[in-house]
Amino acid sequence: MTDSTSDNDRNTIVQSDSTVDATLAAAAVTAGAAVTTESTEQSSENLVEIRGLHFTRGRKPIFTGLDIDIPRGKITTIMGPSGTGKTTLLKIIGAQLKPRRGKVHFDGHNVHKLRRRKLFELRKRMGMLFQSGALLTDLTVFENVAFPLREHTELPDRLIRHLVLMRLHAVGLRGARDMKPAELSGGMSRRVALARALVLDPEIIMYDEPFTGQDPISMGVLVELISKMNQALGLTSVIVSHDIKEALSISDHVVIISDGKVVATGSPTRLAASDSPWVRQFLDGAADGPVPFQYAAPDYADDLLGS
Amino acid sequence: MLDWLQQFGRFWIDLAGSFGRSHIFLSRILLSIPSLVFRFSLVVKQLYASGVLTLSIILVSGLFVGMVLALQGYNTLVGFGAEESLGVVVALTLVRELGPVVSGLLFAGRAGSAMTAEIGLMKATEQLAGLEMMAVDPYKRIFAPRFLAGFIALPCLAAMFSAIGVLGGYLVGVEVLGVDDGAFWSQMKSAVNFVDDVVNGLIKALVFGFVVCWIAIFQGADCIPTSEGVSRATTRTVVYSSLAILGLDFLLTAVMFSV
Ligand SMILES: Nc1ncnc2c1ncn2[C@@H]1O[C@H](COP(=O)(O)OP(=O)(O)OP(=O)(O)O)[C@@H](O)[C@H]1O
Ligand SMILES: [Mg+2]
Repeated sequence: MTDSTSDNDRNTIVQSDSTVDATLAAAAVTAGAAVTTESTEQSSENLVEIRGLHFTRGRKPIFTGLDIDIPRGKITTIMGPSGTGKTTLLKIIGAQLKPRRGKVHFDGHNVHKLRRRKLFELRKRMGMLFQSGALLTDLTVFENVAFPLREHTELPDRLIRHLVLMRLHAVGLRGARDMKPAELSGGMSRRVALARALVLDPEIIMYDEPFTGQDPISMGVLVELISKMNQALGLTSVIVSHDIKEALSISDHVVIISDGKVVATGSPTRLAASDSPWVRQFLDGAADGPVPFQYAAPDYADDLLGS
Repeated sequence: MLDWLQQFGRFWIDLAGSFGRSHIFLSRILLSIPSLVFRFSLVVKQLYASGVLTLSIILVSGLFVGMVLALQGYNTLVGFGAEESLGVVVALTLVRELGPVVSGLLFAGRAGSAMTAEIGLMKATEQLAGLEMMAVDPYKRIFAPRFLAGFIALPCLAAMFSAIGVLGGYLVGVEVLGVDDGAFWSQMKSAVNFVDDVVNGLIKALVFGFVVCWIAIFQGADCIPTSEGVSRATTRTVVYSSLAILGLDFLLTAVMFSV
């Protein structure tokens, strides 16, 4: 495992190889034993291809002709102002929402045209970290992480215990195994959700704001974990994040969306050098620029004076 | 005026929409039930939640309803000198009507509302979406076990309601009001027909269980995923279930006991 990804901002990242390596070992075990999904040798360069995506919520258009490629085995970061539809995009990729127009291909399959059973087979190859965590509240932390293994594999209890504890250890929550999700803090439950998303060794993991609410130490561990999982297992990762520095430090490919369209894409270094006003405003966090800070609203003065 | 028309139209469109959705929903639940053969533990867990936890309220209500029936029945019957038939009156009223109907109403209020609230909250906290993304079918894992458990639980609860109601009637009628012990039971035995009364009562309970679970689970899964949406869905479950039980009771009674 070489640190071949960007070295941009590694100094802020706490090294934690021991825990991360433990997960990788665990991952290797499951990779052999766990889910039976047909292997996909036919490897095009992009695992996910989105073409001409149109999506509306009620009357509000969210996407108007979105084209995104998510390269296989790479880390892709999706950024954009709050409310542009990043979470929506991940849900469309997972086929939880159907677009009004346009296609999403996952490894050659159009996810929205699949029969239910096929779709569920495909979803076993996807992991998703929900913005809210989405842990099952009636199960303990341990059982939450064990849940996908129990549902989809016939592994013996001893091995499940082993795998679950390794994942929990990697996210620093082995000691919290007997707690209920309601007793966890926001950052903790997100880390449990991460452990759960990783436990089946999916081919792609979509992280919806994995860093939000993490202290600098766990943030560093998570950044490290995501990038190592990616390198060692050839995982494809999609990160939605507002933590520009952390996300850029590990990603190979960045997509910035705004107003239903892709406004910039490229490698982090290219974007950092870009002088496009969209990119500059976003990366520098300026309030003025082409990206509106305000959700579409009537003129401020008119609104205050009231009519 | 136009506004009003629009709202009126939207109301019917919404209603038709949810009517259609609820039928698709039901058929998917029914299709998922066979898979429960391999996961019967899920149903057992729900039997505990909807059946065992409702038992106490069913038993207490059944006892009191039986006692009241005996009091009221005695006062009427004694005017005709027919107080020996008290056992018949109590048993038939319970087995044919009050057993299934009152347990159905209590079940809707206790277990149905709980199902709606639980599923609604699972939706609001994205647990259902999370299950789907883990390739776990909520129909098989969440909805079908609850449906089947409720469907099994309500007839059992109704039977227990009737049984303890008869006991309550006995306590008041025989022990307190002094109706003859032997007459109470023997008249009851000869007048209550197993097929006509007991089985028909059970059929009612099965139908009510089916409808209450359908409404409760659908309302939970279809709710607007906010705290307000969940609370409204819970109210709707109780209201719709109660109306459905009373309406269906009339229909079923008309079919069963008029021919
Ligand atoms: N259930 C819904 N019904 C209607 N509109 C919705 C719903 N969920 C989201 N939206 C709208 O869709 C848009 C995109 O939402 P989404 O959650 O995808 O944003 P996001 O990019 O993930 O934002 P954030 O960075 O704040 O998480 C928002 O403008 C929101 O108003
Ligand atoms: Mg979001």
